[in-house]
Amino acid sequence: MVSVNKEIAVRVTDVTVRFNLASEKVETIKEYTVRLLKRKKVKIDEFYALKDISFEIEKGDSFALVGTNGSGKSTMLKVICGIYRPYQGRVEVEGSIAPMIELGAGFDTELTARENIYLNGCVLGYNRAFMEERFQQILDFSELWDFVDVPVKNFSSGMQARLGFAIATLVKPDILIVDEILAVGDAHFQEKCKRKMEELQSGGTTLILVSHDISQVLRTCHHAAWIHKGKLMELGEAEEVCKIYMENKDL
Amino acid sequence: MEYIKNFLKYRGLLEELVSRDIKVKYRRSALGYIWTILSPLLMMIVMSLVFSYFFRYEIENYTVYLLSGQLIFNFFSEATNQAMTSIVNNRSLLTKVHLPKYIFPLTKVMSSFVNLLFSLVAIVIMLIMTRTPITPTILLFPVSLCYLFLFALGCGLILSVFAVFFRDIYHIYSVVLTALMYFTPIFYPVSILPDYAMNLMRMNPLYHILKMFRKCILEGELPTAWEHMVCFLVSAAFLLAGLLIFKKRQDDFVMYI
Repeated sequence: MVSVNKEIAVRVTDVTVRFNLASEKVETIKEYTVRLLKRKKVKIDEFYALKDISFEIEKGDSFALVGTNGSGKSTMLKVICGIYRPYQGRVEVEGSIAPMIELGAGFDTELTARENIYLNGCVLGYNRAFMEERFQQILDFSELWDFVDVPVKNFSSGMQARLGFAIATLVKPDILIVDEILAVGDAHFQEKCKRKMEELQSGGTTLILVSHDISQVLRTCHHAAWIHKGKLMELGEAEEVCKIYMENKDL
Repeated sequence: MEYIKNFLKYRGLLEELVSRDIKVKYRRSALGYIWTILSPLLMMIVMSLVFSYFFRYEIENYTVYLLSGQLIFNFFSEATNQAMTSIVNNRSLLTKVHLPKYIFPLTKVMSSFVNLLFSLVAIVIMLIMTRTPITPTILLFPVSLCYLFLFALGCGLILSVFAVFFRDIYHIYSVVLTALMYFTPIFYPVSILPDYAMNLMRMNPLYHILKMFRKCILEGELPTAWEHMVCFLVSAAFLLAGLLIFKKRQDDFVMYI
């Protein structure tokens, strides 16, 4: 396969993310003084969530991150979204990102679905008039007509996922990030999301998916990366990566 | 330039958050927004009863004097307290979506400010009831409120950063606020203070702002250029310090909240 000048949507170069577990614990003066007196080094508990990760995602590609719980997949997504700043290395992102990190991101559960739609629209940087125009569209997609004035705290996780997905895909984003969110939806809604994602992809949207469901990864993604304990183990065609991941999943 | 563009992009969010704050505050109370006016008035009645029995201060128009002190201080206390916790309390949003983080302390200061503006109706009511002569200088009161807003925002930004890395600040700050309350001439006249206390009082920015506010609405005097300069420089200095500290540390927030 000869690739001629493919455009890159996300370029991750030597990214290391470090969490300083020790300094997180030193929250009070007392503890700090005790540490100081004991002359203990504070930096003993450095934790590298990601270490020297590099990969590129082409525009219009569908890319999956696979790995066990706590391997650093979601941290990687957060770095791409700009929520975490890498300790080393850099991330370049071309285009707008629709954030869909985790379930119910940005919902204020005390507020109703209607209020949350407007709030979320604002979080994504759209103004109120724009959201009013699209309000019905969101409602139709999420099929939550009867629950529009119910506080989101009374929603099931599947209903929250529906609302979240409907808002995130409202405007064609350049990059769509899906983190496990579909696992909680019912078959009907999963099918609907799949169609929507395909529609977006054919319009040029780059898809980044995190999932434990290997069959879903194989169905939707062309390329994949396997991250294990913060290290990039395998990168390439989705089928190839998934095969290796499945063989070594007890690592 | 990029800052302004970014700010405009999120202006809708700011409006939404402020109106949400105000809605949530009085949701499900029968009197709703009327409480913003009623509660300072009731507090004023309680305090003026207490103070006119126990201490007798020679202050002309004591009720308005008291009410103005109360409103200004309560705004500062509410705005800074809520701004302080705003970053930590919005962790669920901040760890999931990329947003300008200053939005949260700014929102809290703004919604407290809107509350303050509503409460000013209470002052108007008292001015009319006590038949205080109203002079054109009253038109200058927004200037002092601007200084107050900038000062509170600066303090709020600093406190919100502290709260992320050092939670003890919650407890420390509530003590500081109490001290500050007694060190602001809310219910007593500054004339009762001995010289050394007066010198200390001059270090309190709220004293200067409150003095200017009362000058405009109560005494019908124009604040001097010197007073404007003091208020402006102090507020600007706090705001600038707040912005710099916030900017320097904001990237580390998500790791600590």
